[in-house]
Amino acid sequence: MKLSRRQFIQLISAASAAGLFPEFAQAAAVTLPRLYDAPMQGNVRLLHFTDAHGQIEPVYFREPNVNLGVGDAFGRAPHLVGESFLKEMGFKEGSVEAYAYTYLDFDNLAKKYGPTGGFAHMKTLLDALITQAGGRDKALILDGGDSWQGSGTSLWTRGADMVEISNILGVDVMVGHWEFTYSQQQLLTNIALFKGDFVGQNVRVKESSLFGGEYLDMVEKFDGLGLYNEDSGHAFMPYTMKTVNGQRIAVIGQAFPRMANANPQEFFPDLSFGLREDDLKTLVAKIWEEEKPAAVVLLSHNGMDVDIKMANRIPGLNAIFGGHTHDGVPKPVVVKNEGRECWVTNAGSSAKFVGILDMNIENNELKGMHYSQKPVISSMIPADKKTEAYIRHMRSKIYDKEIVESRVPALFANKQRMGKSFDEILTEKLAIADRTLYRRGNFMGTWDQVLCNALKDHYKADVALSAGVRWGVTTPKGEWITMDQVMSQCSMTYAETYVSEMTGKQLLDILEGVADNLLDPDPYLQSGGDMVRVGGLDYTILPMKKLGERIQHARLDNGDMIDPDSVYKVAGWAQVNRTPEGPLLWDLTREWILKNRDAKTHVLKLDKVNHPKLVGVNDNPGLAAYAGEIG
Amino acid sequence: MNRRALLKSTLGASVITVAAAAGLLLPGRVLAAYPKEAFSAKDVSSAVSGALGAANPQQSDQIEIKAPDIAENGSVVPVTISTELSNVESISIFAESNGTPLVAVFNLSSADAFVSTRIKMGKTGNVVAVVKSGGKLYSNSKEVKVTIGGCGG
Repeated sequence: MKLSRRQFIQLISAASAAGLFPEFAQAAAVTLPRLYDAPMQGNVRLLHFTDAHGQIEPVYFREPNVNLGVGDAFGRAPHLVGESFLKEMGFKEGSVEAYAYTYLDFDNLAKKYGPTGGFAHMKTLLDALITQAGGRDKALILDGGDSWQGSGTSLWTRGADMVEISNILGVDVMVGHWEFTYSQQQLLTNIALFKGDFVGQNVRVKESSLFGGEYLDMVEKFDGLGLYNEDSGHAFMPYTMKTVNGQRIAVIGQAFPRMANANPQEFFPDLSFGLREDDLKTLVAKIWEEEKPAAVVLLSHNGMDVDIKMANRIPGLNAIFGGHTHDGVPKPVVVKNEGRECWVTNAGSSAKFVGILDMNIENNELKGMHYSQKPVISSMIPADKKTEAYIRHMRSKIYDKEIVESRVPALFANKQRMGKSFDEILTEKLAIADRTLYRRGNFMGTWDQVLCNALKDHYKADVALSAGVRWGVTTPKGEWITMDQVMSQCSMTYAETYVSEMTGKQLLDILEGVADNLLDPDPYLQSGGDMVRVGGLDYTILPMKKLGERIQHARLDNGDMIDPDSVYKVAGWAQVNRTPEGPLLWDLTREWILKNRDAKTHVLKLDKVNHPKLVGVNDNPGLAAYAGEIG
Repeated sequence: MNRRALLKSTLGASVITVAAAAGLLLPGRVLAAYPKEAFSAKDVSSAVSGALGAANPQQSDQIEIKAPDIAENGSVVPVTISTELSNVESISIFAESNGTPLVAVFNLSSADAFVSTRIKMGKTGNVVAVVKSGGKLYSNSKEVKVTIGGCGG
C-alpha cells in the first residue's frame, strides 16, 4: 500500500491540533477517592497501561466468563474468571474490583459504577500517581502497545489522535502491534511524532530489504528512523536506558511476535518479527554487563502465557510489563530464575487499568518491589481539562475526502460521512441493546453475533466468520448502540468484507487451525487472539484435544450437518492474505442494526447466539456461567 | 565490511539457494551432481539414504538448528544449521512434512560447518539436519509450525 503525500499532510494537521490550544493554568491538585491511594514504596515508580485500542473516551468493557488456561496455564492468572478470580485475588463480590476485573453482576455494577477508562481520566490518575511518587523524575510511563488503533478516530487520523494523546499523557516508552498496520511510512511518521521511545528487540528489517531499494530510501527520508542498526537489522532501538530518580533502568521492547501470521504483511513488507528468544537472552546479559543498570524490565506484547514462559527461560529480567492478553491481573505472577525473581504483570485493555510497580533501589541494587493495579473508574476521577479539550477538538475534525479507511481505493473515503465531524458521525444512535453486548471471551460474544448476522444477511450466506480479536467495547443492556461502539468492534485498515464458496472440509480446517492457534498447550506456538467467531453454525469443541481432533458436530442453524464435500457460502472480513472489495464491516453492521431494530421501540433483538458446545473443560477455573452447552 | 556489503557480496550464492528451495529452479541446474532420486524421495529416511548413501543417522545435540517456532511465511522459512562436529563433509536439510522432504545438500570442505538458507514448508513439521562428519551421519531436528493466519488480540 502506497501512502501519499496528502495523507501525510492530513496527519500533520491532525497532530498539530494540540499545539493550537492556549495553555491552561496549572489545575489545582485533585483529591481522588482512597481507592487511588498508592504511597510510594521505594524510589522508582514504573507506571504501565496497555492495549488501549484507541479508546480515548470512557467506555464499558465486560471481562470474560470464558478464558481457558491450557497446559501449564491451567488455573493460573489470567485464566481465572468470576468467583475463581475474586478468590485468588482477594476481592469481594459487588466491589468496585469485582466490577472492574470480572463479568459478575455486570449489568447492575455497570449502572452503579459507570464506564471505565478515558484518557482525560487516565491523565488525572497518572498525574496523581506521579505526585505520590514524588515528582515526574521519579516515575516512568510505559505503554504496552495497541494504543494507536481501535476507534473511528484512530482509523481516520491513522493513529495520530492516539500519538498526540500519548504525548499529552507523557508516555516514555512503548512497543507495537496494531501500530504496524497503517503501513510502514505511517508507522515511521507516527513514531517521529511520538515523543517517547519506540522499542522492539524483535523487530528486524528483512535481509532482502537491506540490499537497498524502497525501504532504505524511506529510512533516509526519515533521517534514519526505521533502521536502528544495520548490522543487527534492528529496525528500532531494542532497549532504552532510563534514569529515574538517579537510578538507571533498562527497558527492553518486545513487539507482538506473530505480526506476520496475524495481520496482513502488505502493511509491513520489509519487517520481520518472531519471539527471537536467543537474541533477547544475549541482550539481557549484555545490558547487565555493559550498562550496569539497577534493574532490567521487559515491556512486552507477547501475551501473558508467553511472558511467563520467557521469564522462566531468560535469566536476568526483574519484571515484565505485558499486554495483548487484555486481562487485568492485579497480582504479579512471580517467576524464579537463577536466584532472581521476575514479576510478570499484565494491565488489561481499553485504558481500564494502570499498573504501578515501585522499586526500592540502593547503591544500584534492587532491594525490593511492590506492585499494585488500579482500575480507572471514570466517574471517580475528574477529567483532566487540557486532555479533555484536546479530545473535543480532535473529534470536531471534519471527515473529508482525504480520509483513507480501506485498502481498496474505491472505499478510501465514504461519501455519506463527508462533511460531518467525527463526533457527529460517531455519536449516531443506532438501536437499544436487548441484552449486554460484549466481545471478549474465548469463543463467542454477543457483539460478535451482531457482526456475524450483519455479514450473513448482507451476503445471504450460510455461515459468517469474524476474527476473534479481543478488543471492542461493551454495550450494556438497555443502552443505545452508537456508531462509536460499532467502530470499536471493527476499526482497522483491512475491514473489507467478502463472500466466497468453501467446501465443508475447508471450513472445518479453518476452525481447527484457529483453535490450535488459541489452544496449543505450548504458548510459544499460539498465535494470539481468541477463537474465530462463527455465525449461522453451531459446533462442539474439545479444547484439550489436539489439532484435527477438537471440532465436532458442526451444523448449520437449520440443523444440517456440515458435509466435508458440500459447498457453502461463507461471508467474512479482515482478510490477511488478499484484499476483497466488499463494503467495510462497520457500514454493513450499521445498516443491519438500523434494519433489524424494532421500528417503534428501537430495540435490537438477537434471536440466537452461536455459542459452541464446550466439552472436557468443566473443571477449568477459566470457565463460568457459560451461556452455551457444556459437556 | 559492514553487513550490507557482506550481504551484497554473498548475494549471488544466496539467490541460488533461495531459488532452489522455492522450486523456482530445478535443483539439477544448480547442483553439479544432482541426486535425482533423493530429491524425489517421499520420506526422510529414503531421502537420507538417497542423498548420503547411508540411512539411520545418529541423533546428535552437537548440531544446532535455528529456525522460528512459527514460520512467518511458509514459503521462505529461515533455517541456520551449525555444528561443532569436526571434519564436516556435508550438511543436508530435510523438511519432514513436505511431499519431497530433501531441501538441500551442502558439500563443504574445511571452513566453518555453518549454512544459512531459506526453505519452503507446506505445513507444520520437523526440519531435520543431517551432518556427515568423518564418514558418519549425525542428525538433529526442530519442529516449525506453519499456521493459518491467527487473529490479532
